[in-house]
Amino acid sequence: MSFLWGMLWGVAAVMVIAGGAIVGVWWERKVSARIQLRLGPQQIGPAGSLQMVADVPKLLFKEDIIPAAADEPFFRYAPLAVFAPIAMSVAVIPFATGWAPFDATAGALFFLAVPSISVLGILFSAWASHNTLSAIGGVRAAAQMVSYEVPRSLSVLSVLVLAGTLRPVAVMDAWEWWWIPATFVGFIVYLISSIAEMNRGPFDIPEAESELVAGYFADYAGIRWAVFMMGEYGGMIAASLFGAAMFLGGFRLLPGAWGVVAFIAVGAVLMTIIMWMKWTFPRLRQDQLMTFCWTILTPIAIVQLFAAGVIAAWL
Amino acid sequence: MTEELVVNIGPSHPSTHGVCRMVTTLDGEIVRHVEVVIGHLHRGIEKMAENRTYLQVVPLTDRLDYVGSMYANWAYCRAVERLAGIRVPERAEYLRVIVCELQRIASHMMSVGPAGADVGATTAFMYTFAQREQVVDLFEQLCGARLTYNYVRPGGVSMDVPEGWVDNVRAFCRSHPSAMAEVDRFLFGNVIARQRMKGIGVLAPEDAVAWGASGPVARGSGVSWDLRRDDSYSVYPRLDFDIPLGSNGDCYDRARVRLWEAIESCRIIEQALDQIEPGPVMAEAVPRLITPRPGEAYDHIEGARGSLGVYLVSDGTPRPYRMKVRSPAFCNLALVPMLAEGHTLSDLVVILGSLDPVFGEVDR
Repeated sequence: MSFLWGMLWGVAAVMVIAGGAIVGVWWERKVSARIQLRLGPQQIGPAGSLQMVADVPKLLFKEDIIPAAADEPFFRYAPLAVFAPIAMSVAVIPFATGWAPFDATAGALFFLAVPSISVLGILFSAWASHNTLSAIGGVRAAAQMVSYEVPRSLSVLSVLVLAGTLRPVAVMDAWEWWWIPATFVGFIVYLISSIAEMNRGPFDIPEAESELVAGYFADYAGIRWAVFMMGEYGGMIAASLFGAAMFLGGFRLLPGAWGVVAFIAVGAVLMTIIMWMKWTFPRLRQDQLMTFCWTILTPIAIVQLFAAGVIAAWL
Repeated sequence: MTEELVVNIGPSHPSTHGVCRMVTTLDGEIVRHVEVVIGHLHRGIEKMAENRTYLQVVPLTDRLDYVGSMYANWAYCRAVERLAGIRVPERAEYLRVIVCELQRIASHMMSVGPAGADVGATTAFMYTFAQREQVVDLFEQLCGARLTYNYVRPGGVSMDVPEGWVDNVRAFCRSHPSAMAEVDRFLFGNVIARQRMKGIGVLAPEDAVAWGASGPVARGSGVSWDLRRDDSYSVYPRLDFDIPLGSNGDCYDRARVRLWEAIESCRIIEQALDQIEPGPVMAEAVPRLITPRPGEAYDHIEGARGSLGVYLVSDGTPRPYRMKVRSPAFCNLALVPMLAEGHTLSDLVVILGSLDPVFGEVDR
């Protein structure tokens, strides 16, 4: 029985993330069009809002092309290995007082650790494609994602030190408004390293379309490609909501049910900022990216963690 | 010892700016060796010209550098006029200067924007293409075509300007510099773009001269060489303009020189519009079947990519005996291995883009 229940939860979660991705893609197309002197989708539905409803069946009915030289089982299931860990990480985000879909005692650790598994999926897809450009993209992605784990985890840790717990729901209960200024630097580090973690511009080096075409998923088409995209948008949604909860107070910003609305709204604003950065900045080079991570972001995150520790000890 | 990986970039690839194939040997991210394979767009235009009359060759020259068709038209027509001794009316010369400077803007927009896109700034691409679109609209009003104009003909230009066109050009020239200043600010002022383009693919001035580089590629290295001034032709001596020069010879300087040239072109167009007088736009009594005396002629102009020359040999028949195009894009493209080796794969596409090759002209 509990197995069935779990299945239902899983389907519901995927539906929610897919829905979020659909809205996210439409919104990104509108935001990018606004930045780039374009109009974006506008023909289907009001302001093109049904464009994605038309795009999803298109992707579903596209031919499922698997290159002859590809390592088929890995090629087939790599998109799932990228998407599933990211979808799982959404479960620990606290949405309302005392409630997260999966209220884990070490939820924050879960959120930081589980999406890292998707790097394996990326390596599978890169290697199984049997394509030099994909292979380079996969190696770049592995180096980038593993490195940016460090500043990301350190920045989240500074909030956890203030709260004295790893349980996101408990962090939200303990939250006080002055945490926002106290961890603001950490929040910036978190935002930047999250963007790098989900391989989005200006850190989209693994998929760099101008040099690697699309990097590790260059050979994917149709629904398998769409699963990669859902992974990217799922990661964006998860990172935005988790950042809104941990660093910006989440549902504690407004009382009662309005808190949930405020939480989602802050998450949406963060998502828009992430999109805005992608469409405004050029892309870094691999060596510049690594230098940025280890010589700038990580030291800042350590200083932020130290400051949070001092504040927590002093209180 | 590390194992080297051979990566085949192109011929169909987002940033080869056409159909170029680069067989790249990589050591990790570092490019150890590049071999540029050209010829995917070879149509034998120079050979085809031998079987057509002089007038019929003009549309072929449109297809050489399809981003700057007006130049190829003009360079070819100058060679024909030199060969056949045709004198071009003054109004036609002014119109040629105006359309070619407009073409220079359109062509440079197709280089500055993609220079941004090569480093991942796709937004710059859209901004410069909006400017290019305005120029292309002006050409459409002028001669009906948006890409292959066939406008400059031996003896003059195909038709006079339509009503209201001059005002449209003036309006464009007023708005264009501020649009360029905006692109300059958000692309060349951006910290990541500067990191990606500065110091990448440095071309020494001596190398630029030795390898026969011309146009913005040579001027980016500080080589002050511009045929409009140094081998002045048409009505350019009457016009006052500056020649922007780079100092470091890197990708950043090459791209930025193009941006400033596009602003200088606006100045030239405005002066030409002030000076132009009414009159005929086609020389009198140019026969349909131009039959020059046996002989040869070479003429070159400053195209958007550099010195574009056309060499024609006549054997006294109505068809050229031989046509040879001195293609600046071809000469500039030869620099890729020298500039890119030792840089990373990401820099390779930036370097290729900064040389602004158009493969219609490289392969011909």
